[in-house]
Amino acid sequence: MIKELKPFYTAVDDPAASAAAVKADNRPVIGYLCSYAPEELISAAGCHPMRLFSSKSDISLAENHLQAYCCSLIRGILEDGLAGRLDYLDGTVFPHTCDSIQRLSDIWRMNMDQAFFADVVMPAKLTTDSARDYMKTVLAKFKADLEAYSGNPITEDNLKAAIALFNRIRSNLNCIYTMKAQTPGILSGKDLFAVIKAAMIMDRKALDICLENLVLALKTAKPPKTTPKRIILSGSICDMPDLYTLIEAAGGAVVGDDLCSGQRWFEGQIPEDISPMDGLTARYTDRVVCPAKHSGNTVRGEALVSLARERQADGVVFTLLKFCDPHAFDYPYLKEFLDQETIPALHLEMDDQQINSGQMATRLETFIQML
Amino acid sequence: MSEKEKVKIASAKKMRDIMTTYYMDALTAKENNKTVAWITSGGPVEPLIAMDIIPVYPENHGAMIGASKMGEDLCTKAEDMGYSTDLCSYARADISCAVVKGGPLGGLPKPDMLICCNNICGTVLKWYEIQARYFKVPLFILDTPICHTGYTPEIAAYVRRQIKEYIRFLEQVTGRSFDHDKMKKVGQLALEGQKLWQKVLNTTASKPSPMSAFDAFFFLALIVTLRGTQTAVDFYKELVSEMEGRVAKGISSVPHEKYRLLWDNLPVWYSLKWLSNKFSDHNACLVADTYTSAWCSAIDYIDPDNFLDSMAEAYTRIYLNIGVDQMADQVLNMIKFYDVDGFVMHSNRSCKPYSFGQLDIMNIVRKKAGIPVLLLEADMVDPRNFSLSQAETRIDAFMEIIKQ
Repeated sequence: MIKELKPFYTAVDDPAASAAAVKADNRPVIGYLCSYAPEELISAAGCHPMRLFSSKSDISLAENHLQAYCCSLIRGILEDGLAGRLDYLDGTVFPHTCDSIQRLSDIWRMNMDQAFFADVVMPAKLTTDSARDYMKTVLAKFKADLEAYSGNPITEDNLKAAIALFNRIRSNLNCIYTMKAQTPGILSGKDLFAVIKAAMIMDRKALDICLENLVLALKTAKPPKTTPKRIILSGSICDMPDLYTLIEAAGGAVVGDDLCSGQRWFEGQIPEDISPMDGLTARYTDRVVCPAKHSGNTVRGEALVSLARERQADGVVFTLLKFCDPHAFDYPYLKEFLDQETIPALHLEMDDQQINSGQMATRLETFIQML
Repeated sequence: MSEKEKVKIASAKKMRDIMTTYYMDALTAKENNKTVAWITSGGPVEPLIAMDIIPVYPENHGAMIGASKMGEDLCTKAEDMGYSTDLCSYARADISCAVVKGGPLGGLPKPDMLICCNNICGTVLKWYEIQARYFKVPLFILDTPICHTGYTPEIAAYVRRQIKEYIRFLEQVTGRSFDHDKMKKVGQLALEGQKLWQKVLNTTASKPSPMSAFDAFFFLALIVTLRGTQTAVDFYKELVSEMEGRVAKGISSVPHEKYRLLWDNLPVWYSLKWLSNKFSDHNACLVADTYTSAWCSAIDYIDPDNFLDSMAEAYTRIYLNIGVDQMADQVLNMIKFYDVDGFVMHSNRSCKPYSFGQLDIMNIVRKKAGIPVLLLEADMVDPRNFSLSQAETRIDAFMEIIKQ
């Protein structure tokens, strides 16, 4: 592996260590479960935004709080919290997401004893001026909560700097993904996964430098020319690096995604020509929507087809977490949109612990080989 | 047998007649040049009544599908359409029903518009998007952000603006202007209806209780579907009178009521009779429940002189749109008010906002009220997620503990 990839793997392999390094620098660590968490505000407050992923440990403590028909990612994260594996967190922020996370927020607040806790109840509807105005007030409130906790005001300059930082991070992530799409051999799927996941865990200033270094290294790389079958992933959170490897083993390569923990999170830029709070409002209102929110009846379908066309995809693989309602509701109509474009699609039901990887490998092989 | 000893509730027949007329009106709407709106169970129906639009409730239809034992078939058909078996069974049944025109009515009348309020859950947002694509009709969403720890000024401002947007939407879709005077009258009737419903539910604090939660599940339909009408007010006046009469005569819902229980979550629609008899055989009456009481919980937030504006708070601060700890407080209040010996919680696979948090509420109830709690795993409409034998074992064991 090229040396520029190492810091990403370090972060992914030991998130607690990343958190410890941040804490040693006297910065509080604020956890979040959804890409709508306003990372820029957390960062501007001198705190470290850190996305939480389940450690995939067996569920026992969470059984007392969430029934088995809850998605494994949420149960897993609650399990980690209750078991003390997230003691490095100083606080957690819960943006409005799905019904399950909505209830996890209450359960977390009632059972975890953290110095900082915030609900950021963003609008579920993103098509009106009233929603946009409400989004602005919600962000302003979160800003105030962060200021009260950190004891420091979030100045306009702090926020502008944070926005610029995150825009650079997004831009580099997009750049890396575009290079992967153009030359799939440039980076293995597993590497790509590690980079994206680490970007949600690492200290963001360190991340900024590591991404710049990686982009430079990739620009001068001379990778083998490969022509794999081009795959788009669509779903919520995909925390399974092996999936990328299985796809490659079957002769495919992930060239783009419609994932909460992927492209949908880092695509686009925060406008920097308007006030920082207006910029954030625009970003969180206008970004490519997640299915737990409404920005039109066919927006996601159109976006998926558009992405598939732009990346010259041969097929789409839906990686849907079992018990994830918003994604499961969208799936039939997204499939219909793809059918109308004669873009083949495969539906994989995922579980956080992913016990049936053998079956998954077979299904992927069969699917990719017939593309 | 407990059935023969029961004195039937006379108002039940009138209720059935009213609901039949209501559905007939809805099904013949087109011929009568009437407009039909599909609306969520927690949705703001009063402006529809004021605009003479017939409100239709896919969720009420879902309950009928469950009660008619047509849930498994319709849910399976939705799965054939690509919808996961883990999705809400109301949604699955309605989505397939619209396509195959199934269910006890042969399908609901086609909507001219869809009104979706997400105060009850995020599922309805997806469900109504699906129907908006299917029927190609305008969709209005009343977005009521969840009040985890309180009703904030930010939420209030947002929802109040949307109420205005809602009225404009109705005017646009119907091509008619909104009658604010009529709205005032409808608002008064809605408030009166809710107060009467509260009175009905309060009668079960009597010992013995004149009706059970199973009766409440049945009588609920009118305050949900025809809230704001004179019909609903007139009916509930009669029902209150009948219940007060039963209390005066000591007529008991459960012939030998010895134990009083509280029910949580939606009903198990396809198994009401079995559950009712099962508890009755143990001389236990489910005297109250958290579900039916949700349709009178907003009374304090309604301003009778400004119904339209106060709808924002009334619709946002419902039982399912608050934090789990606040729900627990309400449960504890009900336990005290109805003086119950135990708490029966339906862990309803179809309803995450209602079911997630139950385990914490269960622990709080055990600790603070010191009463036994039973968790029954089932689903409101899809019987495949209900094991009768398992439920029976659990209920028997639970009742043994109560009897100690």
